[in-house]
Order: sequence, then structure tokens, then C-alpha cells
Amino acid sequence: MSAQGVNTTIKRTMVTIDGNEAAAYSAHKCSEVIAIYPITPSSTMGEWADEWSAQGKKNIWGTVPLVVEMQSEGGAAGAVHGALQTGALSTTFTASQGLLLMIPNMFKIAGELTSTVFHVSARTVATHALSIFGDHGDVMAVRSTGWGMLASNSVQEIHDFALIAQAASLEARVPFVHFFDGFRSSAEVMKMEQLADEDIRQMIDDELVFNHRERALNPEKPVLRGTAQNPDVFFQAREACNPYYLACPDIVQKAMDKFAKIVGRQYKLYQYYGAPDADRVIVMMGSGAETAHETVDYLMNRGEKVGLLKVHLFRPFAIEHFVNALPATVKHITVLDRTKEPGAPGEPLYMDVITALSEALSEGKAPFKSFPKVTGGRFGLSSKEFTPTMVMTVYNEMKKERPKNHFTIGINDDVTMTSLAYDPTLGIEPDDVVRALFFGLGADGTVGANKNSIKIIGEDTENYAQGYFVYDSKKSGSTTISHLRFGPRPIHSCYLITQANFVACHQWFFLEKFDVLQNAEKGGTFLLNSIYGQNEVWDKLPRHIQEGIIKKQLKFYVIDGYKVAGQTGMGGRVNTIMQTCFFAISGVLPKEQAIAAIKNSIKKTYGRKGDAVVQKNFAAVDATLANLFQVTIPEKATSTLEMPPVVSTAAPDFVKSVTAMIIAGKGDELSVGQMPHDGTFPVGTAQWEKRNIAMEIPVWESEICIQCNKCVLVCPHATIRVKVYDPADLKNAPPTFKSMEYKGTEYKGMKYSLQVGPEDCTGCSLCVEVCPAKSKSQVKVKAINMKPQPPIREEERSNYEFFLGLPEIDRRTVKTDTVKGSQLLQPLFEYSGACSGCGETPYVKLVSQLFGDRTVIANATGCSSIYGGNLPTTPWATNRDGRGPAWSNSLFEDNAEFGLGMRLTIDKLTEMAWELVAKLASEIGTDLASALLSANQSDEAGIYEQRERVNILKQKLQSSKTPEAKNLLHIADNLVKRSVWIMGGDGWAYDIGYGGLDHVLASGRNVNILVLDTEVYSNTGGQMSKATFRSAIAKFAAAGKPTQKKDLALMALTYGNVYVAKIAMGANDAQTVRAILEAEAYDGPSIIIAYSHCIAHGIDMAKGMTNQKLAVETGYFPLFRYNPMWAKEGKNPMKLDSKAPKLPLTDFTSLETRFNMLEKIYPERARELMVLAAEDIKSRWAMYEQLAGGDGEKAKQEGLPKP
Amino acid sequence: MDLKTTYLGLKLKNPLVPSASPLSRTLDGMKRLEDAGAAAIVMYSLFEEQIEHEAAELEHYLAYGSRAHAEALDYFPRPDEYNLGPEQYVEMLQRAKGSLGIPVIGSLNGISTGGWIDYAKKLEQAGADAIELNIYYIPTDPALASQEVEERYINVLHAVKRAVRIPVAVKLSPYFSSLANVAARLDRAGANGLVLFNRFYQPDFDLDALEVTPNIVLSTSDAMCLPLRWVAILHGVVKTSLAGTGGIHTAEDVIKMVMAGADVAMMCSALLKHGPKHITTVLADLNKWMVEHEYLSIEQMKGSMSQASVADPAAFERANYMKALNRYK
Repeated sequence: MSAQGVNTTIKRTMVTIDGNEAAAYSAHKCSEVIAIYPITPSSTMGEWADEWSAQGKKNIWGTVPLVVEMQSEGGAAGAVHGALQTGALSTTFTASQGLLLMIPNMFKIAGELTSTVFHVSARTVATHALSIFGDHGDVMAVRSTGWGMLASNSVQEIHDFALIAQAASLEARVPFVHFFDGFRSSAEVMKMEQLADEDIRQMIDDELVFNHRERALNPEKPVLRGTAQNPDVFFQAREACNPYYLACPDIVQKAMDKFAKIVGRQYKLYQYYGAPDADRVIVMMGSGAETAHETVDYLMNRGEKVGLLKVHLFRPFAIEHFVNALPATVKHITVLDRTKEPGAPGEPLYMDVITALSEALSEGKAPFKSFPKVTGGRFGLSSKEFTPTMVMTVYNEMKKERPKNHFTIGINDDVTMTSLAYDPTLGIEPDDVVRALFFGLGADGTVGANKNSIKIIGEDTENYAQGYFVYDSKKSGSTTISHLRFGPRPIHSCYLITQANFVACHQWFFLEKFDVLQNAEKGGTFLLNSIYGQNEVWDKLPRHIQEGIIKKQLKFYVIDGYKVAGQTGMGGRVNTIMQTCFFAISGVLPKEQAIAAIKNSIKKTYGRKGDAVVQKNFAAVDATLANLFQVTIPEKATSTLEMPPVVSTAAPDFVKSVTAMIIAGKGDELSVGQMPHDGTFPVGTAQWEKRNIAMEIPVWESEICIQCNKCVLVCPHATIRVKVYDPADLKNAPPTFKSMEYKGTEYKGMKYSLQVGPEDCTGCSLCVEVCPAKSKSQVKVKAINMKPQPPIREEERSNYEFFLGLPEIDRRTVKTDTVKGSQLLQPLFEYSGACSGCGETPYVKLVSQLFGDRTVIANATGCSSIYGGNLPTTPWATNRDGRGPAWSNSLFEDNAEFGLGMRLTIDKLTEMAWELVAKLASEIGTDLASALLSANQSDEAGIYEQRERVNILKQKLQSSKTPEAKNLLHIADNLVKRSVWIMGGDGWAYDIGYGGLDHVLASGRNVNILVLDTEVYSNTGGQMSKATFRSAIAKFAAAGKPTQKKDLALMALTYGNVYVAKIAMGANDAQTVRAILEAEAYDGPSIIIAYSHCIAHGIDMAKGMTNQKLAVETGYFPLFRYNPMWAKEGKNPMKLDSKAPKLPLTDFTSLETRFNMLEKIYPERARELMVLAAEDIKSRWAMYEQLAGGDGEKAKQEGLPKP
Repeated sequence: MDLKTTYLGLKLKNPLVPSASPLSRTLDGMKRLEDAGAAAIVMYSLFEEQIEHEAAELEHYLAYGSRAHAEALDYFPRPDEYNLGPEQYVEMLQRAKGSLGIPVIGSLNGISTGGWIDYAKKLEQAGADAIELNIYYIPTDPALASQEVEERYINVLHAVKRAVRIPVAVKLSPYFSSLANVAARLDRAGANGLVLFNRFYQPDFDLDALEVTPNIVLSTSDAMCLPLRWVAILHGVVKTSLAGTGGIHTAEDVIKMVMAGADVAMMCSALLKHGPKHITTVLADLNKWMVEHEYLSIEQMKGSMSQASVADPAAFERANYMKALNRYK
């Protein structure tokens, strides 16, 4: 299709943007009310809409759309429904579970024949596992709602179809789901033509808009909509909508034709591409069709008669249009579905095609006389790669006499043998396309620079440009791989680059982690960021890299990007430097032009953030070329450096054969047979993933240490640990292993060691921040100090191994109600992939220490479910007895209910066990039975003894054959007190899951709810929640949150029988420990709101605990405990654990970008909101004081420090 | 009573000028100062270092943790514009000029020559009646000679004078080997006024935390003796206007400073302590004192006790213990 518009008077610009922005742009232009809610990968559509409205950007009618965040997707759909019913043009954006939550409203909206478009970046629906990536599982789940469904395959189509769907929906009165592939299309950056306002104006018929308004609810001329109907009329009334659906396909085609007249791009409902006389045709939707399109070109050039039918209009499925789009010559059709419906006779598109062909043939409407052979296959689940070689394999399969049906392509199914075998080495990309791969760290800015490169090439040259970015699952030290293509023709290659003619490695340590040259093409170029110069680098390379360079005859360049970054004030960000190298070497642009373009792009990117940042980047560009060198390649590889094994040889088999492959980035190579069938995975696997991401790690100075264990408490990754042990255990200690006498009476004569796991530490330095002990002679030296990791890695590894082998403390002897005591307990949550310096994980870890060996955890979707359960490994671990937290994640919205279900089971099974013990008392011994039933399990000793009893019971039951005994044997574990923890973030607890959470609190059941309150939806990128403080900037609150933070603690407290605490470890660690113990001990519902500093606050993460302290001291986050047990003792159940605010609010807010930023964007508004925020603090403190029995009025009247 | 004075060529209704402080951070604050009787206002300082630091910090934290995880590519909205540079200050200055009747002096605290010039131009364009260069520099480098330090002051002044047409005052620290020489050189370099002196915040120790903490202490009248001495010495020696600042709390302090030769007396700590209305009190007291002592005007009083005007000029040159010894003679 031509990129040039037909209407030459309309000026359009070429832009390089991703699919989400392309969709949001068209949607924002055509909407008046937009209800949003974050969910990956659709969140950025809502973010754009919110930001544009905050900036005052108008729709085509000259008004700024109203954008409102709701509490869930269900809420967003409800709000849109209401907005539509009252006559607004309204939309929303969503994906996956979010779309599923909209289903009830979608049925209503369609039933009422309401014009709207929902834009969906299609994503996998959680089944055996959650996946944020793309397939059509979600959109296929809504195909019965009566909505039109329009599929876009590329970024340009997303932009265009968002508008076409809107135009068509207004005329057809059928609402539309406009969908495109999550990530592959939603996050792919592509050069495309942006529609002008005039295009959109011409496409949208105002008369249809007026008709929509006329149908709206209006008290001036009221109607009733939303009746309840009986068997007498419902059926007929339901059939009354038929004419609209029958007319709909032609209306959509009409809109496509109108679009072609205005803009020049002609689309069809079912777009055929390929040989007019094709005998084999693939039918499919989504980005995979782009890859198939490219492959059809390749095969046709080789004389093959193949074709591709791209389905754009999936609903209403227009049988005649569909069959008539097929060539009359077709003999075999393969329908590819990007979804799986277990138990169905076939996947949805396949089934539709069969039906369509059958009907068309039987009615004589098909272009062919006999029924073509039709087979179906699945591909691309959860963004699984779909490549030209796979497309060719499918076409080849069609040549066979007995082709496989219901096949899979892209995996190796060695269980039910569904998969087609393909040659992964085959590539079809032409030579004139630059294909570049960049290996970077999240922190080094590689992705951002590459996005700029795409913009430079896309917007400054005639070339087409495409970028796609792959991230790993960790939030700290994560690796990014950028896939960039530039070429003279539109790019249809919707798959990762496997034959790169340019490979850049931005971090040296990747060389020993991955085979970065695996996808380098022969004769290509390799750029390495190296501290070693052109003369010494060769000898430092691992052998596989040397071999790769020689074998592939690569041109090899080095630059010391760290040096240049250091000299030019860029810190660790080598992005601009490496970007300059890419342009200098790749020759995509003439060097001078490239440098000028980079500088121009730097100005655009950083200019609004001040000239100093621009100048720093300019300096980096200027210093780069003088430091870029080509390396002469020797003839032979000489290195003896080999890639270390991915995991230790001591790891369990599953870890070695499966987990290690995923860690190594080779998960695609695992077969179906290697996967658990039901999503169940072993725990304790994070210990095998030695990530070595810390440049510096803490080192213990025992002579300064006061053994407070605060560093152990705050460590987000459980990489600092202490043990107290018998001096005799030191017998085989490594030479540098440190120990000292235990200070204190409880373990007098024992040794104390504090040890760091050097390869697991992320280098966040929170431990150093909280260390209160300073050297008497040089105060900057603390009892724990950061030192470079590489020189001490080996010896500390041995020390850590030895340390882990030391005996664990006997839990019965520990004073668990102190910070010091609690930290002697083994953490059963270790080495998570959370952000370095995470504010949530110290609380989670503490729970695992205190109760982990008898805890069941329900974890809401969010950061904690990702660092807790995202493959390859999990931080949830077991102790030496094999006990540990049993963890599961159900959904985002249902976590409290999920946890309550666990509690109900435990309560019921415990009751059943009691009943059986009583019943079998004579068989198991009355003393044992009586002891089991009357056990006091209020402390560790009581739990220990009960476990002993249960062991004896189980031994006795082993030999019994009675049904009761067998039954008891299976549930006897429930006789040991179990602790149910319901964990999640504020997005869950304050917003989407609040209804359930409230119900669970009201249930009176013994559950413990831990709310990790970061005051934003951290996992999806920092969107506002009801926990967000007034005046803070967040996504979806681009102009600062205007309303006050919801006081969830206060709401819970009104029940009276709920234990409630607000805690902030950095402000009062002893209170944190006490609150968690009290909550668990309370035989009823408890909720703890734990203030968690977060990377989404824009803070120095190394100072997170200081920020917490100031949050409390300024009254921003007051601490208290409300214990219903105290009321029973005749005391006031409410106890304030922090003092009246003594510092002005700005002492806290000035440390956080989320507050500072507003001052820099809307200064007046910032000041106004800050005054209101200070008022919030004042009135809340007064109320708390009153509840705690103090004189709240006093605080109100005397006032508190001003902001 | 004629309280009029001239400072930096600006005709002022009295010699009381609030120096740069948080009181002039808001328009409301500045209005209250004017209403209380201030003759002019030196606005709070525009710190080049702070602006650049804030820009770098913003860039750092907006980028921190971004583009690292598929679900959270960044954590903040992407506004079109940031109010990062001196725009906010300039806007405030413009608004102050629009609603105040008294002269407004912009205060500039820079670190680089480029910054001084750019910002000075912006202040001039925004309508500042004059600029006060608050040259704040603690030379800790043992390799840096006093000569070089002094050169920096002169160079900054030269650069700014070339860039703007409005009067420029230099606020100095007292820590020069030869203050009179520096003052004379600044005079020759085109300074329209000298403000004596800058008070540096001195660090203190927190013995519980074993940390260095900033020690922000408001001045008392005792602090006035140092600027009083140097105003007296420099009056008539340099052609520039002179402003005395530091420790001026009462009408008597103002009178002393004027008698020493200051064109204006600048007040900060007293206003922070007592609020803008303190100006009204001081002016009333000043008036009263002058009536009681039969002074006709400020001009009459100005410099009446400068080094050149007193019977014992050496009093300003001797150290205190010499005086003490003399008394026991």
C-alpha cells in the first residue's frame, strides 16, 4: 500500500512510534470520555491519553477529552457504559484479564447497540501461568459478546483501524473490539504515517455522532433502557438486533473504502495477498500475518503458488466476503490461530473458516466447486516467535498427502506430537536491510538510545525503521536486547533478528553470560564496550567469542564507553556513546550527518530537562570517535576462558535441565515434555541463579559491629545473614571467614558471624545506610561498607558456602519479638529479582523468617507476584526440614478471597483432623490424642512440640487400614498451626481487590493481610492508585493527584474486630516486627499497611529507609497499631507508634521526584496541592490522636509544621 | 523627616531594604514587605548550581529504572515542558514588577561564567531594576592562590557588566587578604555597589549521629560590627554604593550603618524572626530617633562616622585589645 495519501492537500507527517501510541492517538482524537485502568501491555495507551489531556491536547471537535482512572477494568467498562448511555463518545484500553473483567458490560453495550471502540493489545490469559505477552486468548474469550472485532497486524494498521473502527461503529451501531498483538505490535516501534486531524474529521460523520447523542438518556425526553424481560419476549427482542449485524460488514468495508479515498491506504475486510492462482493459502490474523506476507513474497519469487488471507474483520464474520477473497484455485487452506482452546474441535478461526466454507459451498456462493482441504494449527502463544521458516514449514506441510491437522508450530511437542519440525537457521531477509542487535543493561540506557536511533533514521531519512525490545524478567540488573531494522522498503518482519549484520555488546560481563554472537551474520560487525583497548582486548575475550569472530569473519571494534562516560559526566550511562559508535561504524548515515542527527535528537530528548544534560551528552558524542578502534583479528582463537556453567553442578536435576536453560536464554529450546503439566514448579530455585550484578557489595567490619542485625532486616534480597553457633563449628572455616563473640547473655560463649552472599547481592547498599555503628577514629567507616565485588568474589563465595553450612539457630531459643532476634531466623524468601533496594521485599522476607515454615501465601498479581513467581526461578525457599511457604497467585482482583479460601480449607481440615483424632483416640493413644487436641501453639516451642506429636501420630497411622486413619493421615499436617498470609500491593488492596478485601476483613476469619503500599501500581509502571498521596505525580495523574490518599487502615479499623497496623521499617523497625507478630497471633482478620519505598517514586533507592523515616516524621505516614485484644483487656485498642509531625512535609517530599516533578511542570498547582496535602496530614493526625485517646483538637488548632 | 537615599542609582524612600531571603519567594511575601515600608527588595537568590543540579537530578530519576522491564518501561508521565531553568524565577520577578511600586533587585548566585551572563540577561529582560551578584565561593583547593580567587570575582563582574545595562552590585564575603584592594578593583571593574557581607552557613556536628549538619543560625546585632567597620573604611574610598548587611535588627543598627557610610541597610534575620511588619517598627523608631536627635535627613547622617569623618581614624584599624590597653594607660 502506498504511504502517500490520495488527498494531497492534507499534510501528514511520518513518525516512528509504537502500536500503543498509534492506537491511543486515533482514540484520543475521537473521544470525549476515556476511562482507563493499567494492565500490561495496554497501559501505555491510557498513559498517553491521560498525558495528552493533562497537556490540554484536544480532540477533533476542539475539546480536551476527560480521562478518568477507574478501580478495575470492570469499573472502566462500567464507566464507559454510563458515558455512552448519556451520549458521550467514550473508549477504554485493555488486555487479557482486564478484557475478561469487561465482559459483562460488553454484553450490555452490544445488546443496547451502542457505538464505541475498545482498543485491546491482545495478551495471553492466565491459565497454568500468567503471561504478560501476546496472543489472542483474551480477544477470543469475548467473541460471544456481540461486539465487532477488527484485527490490526502492524503499527500503521493499528493507527488506521482505530479510526476505521470508530467510523464504522458509529454507523453500524455495533461496538468494536479493535485488537492487535500485545508486545509484538503494541510495543514495536515503527515508521508510519500519522493521520492529520483533517483525515479524522472527514472519516467521522458528525450526523452519526448527533444520532448517538439523540439516543442518549436525557431527562428532557426520558426512555427506559436496561429492562428485565421474561420468557415471553426476551428471545424475540434478542433477535431484533440481527439487521445491524447483517449490515455491519459492508459498513466496515465502506469505512475502509472512504479511508482509502482520503488517505490512500486501501484495506479489505479479508485481505488476500499472494499468487492469484495459489493452491495453498494460509488464513490468519495479527502480526504473524506480516511475517507470512513477507514469506509469501519470498516463496512467490521462487515460483511457489502460495497465498495469504489476512482476516481483519473477525466479527461479524462475513462469510461471503471471506470466501470471495480466496482464490478459486485454492486446494488447501491452513488456518493459524494464535490461541488455544483445550477440548474444542478446533481453534476459533479454524472453526469459523470451516463453517464459512461449508455454508458458502452448500449455498453455491464460493468461488470454487469442491471443498478445499482445511487444516488448523496453533502458533505464537505468549509471543512465541513466529518466523518465515515456520511459515514455509506450514506451506510445505500443505504439500503433503496427509498433512498434520491441529498442529503446533514454533515449539517441540514431544508429548502429543502436534508440532511441525522446522529449520531454525533458515532466514529470508534481504541484504539491503540493516539488522542490528544491541545487548544492554536496563540501567545503561541502551533501549532509550536505540529508540532515538530509530527516530533519527525513520524521521530524517527515506529509510523505513523498526525496533523491538526484549527484556528479561528481573527488575534489578536486567538485560535488554534491542532488535533494530532499517531498510528501503516497508518492513514486515515481525520477529526477532536471527541474522544480524551488526551486533553491539554494551556490557563486558555479557560475554561470559550469553553467546552474543550467536545471531551474528557472516561478515557482519561486532562492537564491544571494553575497558581493554584494541591491542589487549583479544586476549581477554572468552574462547567462544574469539571463535565466533574468526568463524563469522566479523569486523571487530572496541570502545571504552565507561571511560568516555566517566570523563563526560555520564556516569554509568553509555547509551549516547554506543549510539554514536553504531552510526559511525554501520554507515546507515554519512558520519557528519549522523553526528548532527544524534545531537539534534539529544536536544529533543533532553532539552526540556535543562541545557546541562544536553551539554553532557554532546560532550559524550564528541569524545566518542577518538576512542573507537578497530581490532585486528588473529587467525586462531587462543583464549582458555570458557563460559561458566549456568548453574552449579550441585543443583537438582530439574534446575539443571530446565531452569538452567531458561536462565541461559534458551527456554525456546525446551520441549513440551520438559514442562510441568499443571504449572507446578519446585521452590528454592533462586539460589542456583548466581547473577553477579553488584559492582560493589557490603563487607563486614566485625570490630565495629554492635550486632543489632538491622542490616539483615532491611536487606531486600536476603543476601546479608547472621548466624549464632558453637565455636567448634568454625573448625573448617575458610581462612578469611570472619566471626566474633556473641554480644549478649542469651547465647553467651557462642560465635556470631555476619556474611554476605557476594553473587546474589544486588549492591543496593540499604544495609550500609541503616548501619548505626561508626568507627571511633573515622566516622565514615561503618560496621558494614561497600567494596568492589570482583576482587573478593571468590573468597566471599567460599565464605558464604561455609556460612550456609553452619547450623541454623534452634527457633525455640530465639526472642522473635525483637529486630535482633527475628534476624537470627532463616529467611525463606531469598535472592528475588526485585529492584535493587526494593522497599517491599524486606517485609515479605520478615514474614518468611517468622512464620515461613508453616505459611500459606495468596499473592496478588503485581510486583510481588513477579519477583515471587516469574520464571526462571523463585525466591520462595525451604528450610533444612523441607518446610517453607507454600505460595500461589490467582489473579489481581481476587487475592483476598483466594487467601480466605485457603483459610477456610485449613479451618475445615483442622476441624476434621480434630474430629478424627478424638474418634481414633483409643487407636492412637489417649495421651497423644489429648495432647494433640489441647496443644498450645502460641510460640515456637509449642509448634515444635505439636510437630513432634504429629510425626508420632503419622507413624502410628501408617500401619492402620481403617478409612478414618487413612483420612487422618492425609490431613494430619493441619494439626500444626498454619498461618495464612494474603499479600499484594496497593493497586490490589485499595482499588481492584478492595471489595473482596473488605469482605474478607468482615469474615472474622484468621487471615493476615499484608499490603505493600508503594502508593502506585508499581509493576505496570507507576500508575496512580487510591493510595497515591495528594499532589504526587504518577501515571494517570500527570497533573498531580488532586484527591487525598484513601485511609485503608482507618476503614479497616471501623470493624472493631480487625487487627490493623501501619508500619514503616525505615522509621521504626521494632514496631514493624511487633506488628507482624501481633497480626499473626491475633485469632481473627488482620491487616498491615506497610509503607514501601519504590523505584516508581523517583528516589535514591540507597536512601529508601531514610525516606521512610522522614515520611513518618513529617506525618506523611503515621504509624499505629490497633489491636482488638487490647480492648478486651480494657485498654484503648489504638496505639500511636509515631510522634506528632515535627518536620515540615517538604522535608520528605523534596526528596522524591514524584512530588518535585509537579513543581517543575505546574508550579502553581503544585503549591496549591501541597497546601491541601499538609491539611490532609493535619486532620488525619488529629483523628488518630483522638482515637488513641489523645487530644486531637489540640493538634488541629495548634497546627503542624507548614509544608 | 527625609529618609530618602540613593542606592545603585535608584532613588529609595528610605534606607531599609530586605536582603535575599525566603520572604521574597512568593509575590504575597514581597507585597507584605512593601506594605511594611521596605524601600526596595532584593529577591531570593537564583542559584545556578541548584538549577543545574535539579535538572541533572530530574533526568537521573526519570531515567532510573526505566527501559529495564517489559511491564514498566518507565515510571513517570512525559510532560511536554519542564519549568527547570530560571523561568520560574523570571516569572516571579515579572509578576513582582507588575504589582510592586518599589524597585526589585534580582539576586544571582552562579558558578559558571556562562550561567552568570545568561541569567543576568534574563533578569534584566524580566524588568529587574538592578542585579545583586552573590558571589559565594569557598576556596578549599590548596593549589588555588588568593590572586586567582580575586580574579574570579573580577571576571564574573566584568562578564555581567558587559551583558546588562542595569546597575550591578556585588555581595562579598569578608574573607579576603586585602579587602580594600578587592573592593577598589571591583569598583574599577564597574560595580555599581558593594554589599558587605555575605554570611556563610557554617557546618556543625551532630554528636549523636556523628554527622556534619548545616548550622542555620539567625544573626544578632552583634554580627553587625564587621560590616560596620568595612562600610566605614570603604565609604568615600570607593565610588560605588554601599550596602551594609548582617546583624541589622533595630533602628539603632540602621542609624549606625548609615553613619558609617552605607546607602542602605539590609535586613534578613530580623525579618525572618519578627515578620515583615518589623520594617514598620524600625522605620518608626528611626524617625523618632532622628527627630529626638535633630537630624534632618539620611543624607545628612550618611558617612558622618566613616573612617574619614571620625576624629580617630585609627580606631577602625586597631584590633580591640589595643583599645583595651589604651584605656588602662
